[in-house]
Amino acid sequence: MKFAVIVFPGSNCDRDMYHAVKDVLKTEADLVWYEGSNLENYDGILLPGGFSYGDYLRCGAVASTSDIMKQIKVHAAKGKPVLGVCNGFQILTEAGLLPGALLRNEKLSFMCHQEPLVVENNETIFTAAYDKGEVVHFPIAHGEGNYFCDEETLKELKANNQIVFTYQNNPNGSVEDIAGIMNKQGNVLGMMPHPERAVEQLLGSDDGLRLFQSMIQNWRDMYAANA
Amino acid sequence: MKKVTVYITLKQGVLDPQGKAIQESLNSLGYKEVEEARVGKFIELQVEEGPDLTERVTVMCDKLLANPVIEEYRFDVEEAEAL
Repeated sequence: MKFAVIVFPGSNCDRDMYHAVKDVLKTEADLVWYEGSNLENYDGILLPGGFSYGDYLRCGAVASTSDIMKQIKVHAAKGKPVLGVCNGFQILTEAGLLPGALLRNEKLSFMCHQEPLVVENNETIFTAAYDKGEVVHFPIAHGEGNYFCDEETLKELKANNQIVFTYQNNPNGSVEDIAGIMNKQGNVLGMMPHPERAVEQLLGSDDGLRLFQSMIQNWRDMYAANA
Repeated sequence: MKKVTVYITLKQGVLDPQGKAIQESLNSLGYKEVEEARVGKFIELQVEEGPDLTERVTVMCDKLLANPVIEEYRFDVEEAEAL
């Protein structure tokens, strides 16, 4: 499986993401600059964290209008897996690939620490290797991770099992403790916590490994089925 | 040339922790009468004139300047002062 790690001006978790999939999971990956790149030959798209365009206007707003996002929309519609982490999640909501928006943290401060998360849905291409209800530990690092959506959207998210991760101890005021959601189709996941920073026990947790392993396993199964 | 002034505010019902902090700060300065503060954005655009200016600015707001999930906007159009 070959991953594209998208790099915008101001991305700063791109190397962590690349390291996780390339060095730790030993799969193919490229750092892909947001301009002048073609995503055709990639099997999965990773939108890393950071401060694309300095968070100008709103987090992720400017990046969401870029040419590479037009390509990502086309690939997402075809069912290609897309994972957005932190600023990547913000970009996905701004681009309309995921519902809702990320607001300033309830207590206004930037937070950077490990949080326990609950796997709410393990019947996804991103979480098949987890147990439903399992508690995993991922770092968070954000100032605007307070997930917001209106009641109607929330009902839809619940009805379609689109809530993938919730916080055990809601750190930022997110509606219904939401930490990560996917689209209805199930191939686009956005989450504020960082699975790519939880791939080595040495760094405090390797609970994030199984997220990438789930994606890779799914791709292999699909590949074998279509061969 | 026209000057377009866009005002963007959070929708009612969307929590505004920054506004809340400002309100509490004003209260602690003795302005107990302040019951709410909400923070928004103010954007000035210099735009070439055209017959469909209002429509174009509306689309700009919907596409980029405001996020309709959490924000509302309004804008005024006036003659730009000569530079």
